[in-house]
Amino acid sequence: MARVWMFGEDVNTDQIVPGRYAPYMLKNEDDLRKYPFVEARPDFAPNVQPGDLIVSGKNFGAGSSREYAPLALKMVGVGAIIAPLFARIFFRNALNLGIPCFTADLTNTLHDGQHVELDLESGVITTENGTRINLPPPPSFLREVWAAGGIVPFYRAYGRFPGEPAS
Amino acid sequence: MSQTLSEQILSHAAGYSVKAGDVATVNVDLVMMHDSLSPSIIKVLHDELGTEGVWDTERVAVVVDHVAPASNIQTAEKQADLRRWVRQQGIKHFFDVGRGISHQVLVEEKLARPGMVIVGSDSHSTAYGCVGAFGSGMGTTDIALAAATGRTWFRVPETVLVRASGRFQPGISAKDLALRAARLLRADGATYAAVEWHGVDFLSIGDRMTLATLSIEVGGKAGLVPPTGVAADDLSVPDWLSFQEGASYAQVIEVDLETLEPQISAPHYVDNVADLNDLGHVAVDVVYLGTCTNGRYEDMAAAAKILKGRKIAPGVRMVVTPASSEGLRQASEDGSLDTLLQAGAAIGTPGCGACIGRHMGVLAPNEVCLFTGNRNFRGRMGSPEASIYLASPEVAAATALTGYITHPREVME
Repeated sequence: MARVWMFGEDVNTDQIVPGRYAPYMLKNEDDLRKYPFVEARPDFAPNVQPGDLIVSGKNFGAGSSREYAPLALKMVGVGAIIAPLFARIFFRNALNLGIPCFTADLTNTLHDGQHVELDLESGVITTENGTRINLPPPPSFLREVWAAGGIVPFYRAYGRFPGEPAS
Repeated sequence: MSQTLSEQILSHAAGYSVKAGDVATVNVDLVMMHDSLSPSIIKVLHDELGTEGVWDTERVAVVVDHVAPASNIQTAEKQADLRRWVRQQGIKHFFDVGRGISHQVLVEEKLARPGMVIVGSDSHSTAYGCVGAFGSGMGTTDIALAAATGRTWFRVPETVLVRASGRFQPGISAKDLALRAARLLRADGATYAAVEWHGVDFLSIGDRMTLATLSIEVGGKAGLVPPTGVAADDLSVPDWLSFQEGASYAQVIEVDLETLEPQISAPHYVDNVADLNDLGHVAVDVVYLGTCTNGRYEDMAAAAKILKGRKIAPGVRMVVTPASSEGLRQASEDGSLDTLLQAGAAIGTPGCGACIGRHMGVLAPNEVCLFTGNRNFRGRMGSPEASIYLASPEVAAATALTGYITHPREVME
C-alpha cells in the first residue's frame, strides 16, 4: 500500500528543495535524497516509502526550473503526483524523469496518511475500504514518454520528440 | 488567420503554420545554460544521451551567474569543470563571473533577438520576450536535449493579454504593472499559456524585461512584448513578425497606468499583492536591489535619483547587486553608483546574488527584506522564517531612506 502525502495549493520548488540544497552546492550529490521538503515538511524525507503518492492542490511545482526538485522526489521513490494543475516546467521535468503525474483534484477525496493502491497501467486508485477512483489518463503522446521511463530513453529509442511523427 | 506573437514565432520555428493547442517540434535559435544546472546538463548530454558535443557551438551560451563568484569549494570546483568543458567544446559565447545575469547579458550582447526561440535552464528565461523572442525556461534534461539536437517540443500556448493604457505617475514603474498583473491573474493564471504585454511601447528594453521575467510568476510559458516603439528601433525585427489585429486571446486584462499605485507582493507568494497604501506599517531590515527583474542600470538610476544627497536609515542595510557589468559601468559613468555608495549601499558582484538564497546577502530568521526581485517564496533568500516583500526600485529607495515600506511620493522632491 502507498501512503498519501497531502499538500496544499501553490507548492513551489523552493518548498520542494530550497536552492541551498541544490546538487551544485553539495559535496555529495546523493545527499539530495535527504532534502525533499526539508523545510516545508521535515517528516517527509525520513518517512516516505517507495511508491508513496503526493496529492496536492493546484499549481504544484510552481517557480524554478530546477530539475533537482522532481529528481529528489524520484530518488526517494515517489510513485506518482496527483494535482488539479501542475506548473509547466515542473510537469515537463517530472515527465522527463519518468515520474507519473496525474491531473486530478483528490484533495477532498483522500486524506494525509491514508493508504491506497495505485495501478499505474489503468490509472485506478483503490482505497483501504475498496473504493475505486479513476484517474484521467494523460495525453497519449505523454504516456509514451512515461512508458519509456523518461525523455532520454524515449528519444534514444525512437529518435524523435513527443508528438513528433515518426520519420 | 491572425496569429499571436507565440504562434508566429513557433510557426516559423516549426516550418509550418501552428496554432494554440498544437504540439510542435521546433528548431531553437539559442540555448542558455547557467552554472547551477550546467554540471547536470553536461552529464545528461554525454553520459545519458551519448552525445560528443553540442549541436552548434555558436548557439549555446554558458553564463556563470547563480553562484558568482563561487561561495564554497563545491561550487568553485564545478565552475572549474565548466570552464574546461566550455574550452573543450569550443563554446563561443561564455560569460564568466561578474559579467552578470544570463538574461540581461544575452540581451546586451544582442544574442537574444526578435522572433527567436530561446530556451534556458532558468525559469526566468521568459525574459527574452523583452525583445520579442519566445523565451522559455526548462530543466536539465530538456536543455541537454536542446543543446544536443538544436530542437525541442512545445504545446503551442494560448495567449493571455495584459493591455496597459496611459502613462505611469512619478515613482511608479514597470514592476508595479507586473505585480498588478500578478494580482489579477494569480500565480497559475497563465499556466501553459504565453503572456503578451501591450500598450508599453514607451518602455525601455530593460523595463520590458521586468514584465517578461514576471510572466513566469503567473505560470507563463513565455512573456512577450511586441518589438515596437522607440526602444525597439535598433532591434532587427524579421519581416514575418508583427502584431496582428484579430489574433485570439484566452483572456484579456486591462491595467490603467494613470491610476496605478505602488504594488507590493507580501510574503510568501508573488500573487499576494496589495496597494502599498493598504499595507500598513512594515519595518524592514534589508533593502535588496538586484536580479533579472529589477537590477539593471535603469533600476539603479531610478533608486539613485531618490537617494541623491541622502543617507539610508540607521539600522537598515541596502544591498545592490547589479544585473550586469555593463549596467554597473553605466551607473558608474552617470554618477548613480557614487550616489548609491554615498547613501550607504553595499555593492555586490553582478549576478543573481542572494535571489536564490545561496550567498551575498542570505537572510536570517525573522529578518524582513524589501526586494526588487521576482520571488518571495518562504525560504527563497535564506531562512524560512524571514519575510520577503517584492516591490519596484523606487519603493526600494524610498524604503531604504525611512526603514519602513514607503511610497516613493513621500520622499521624492
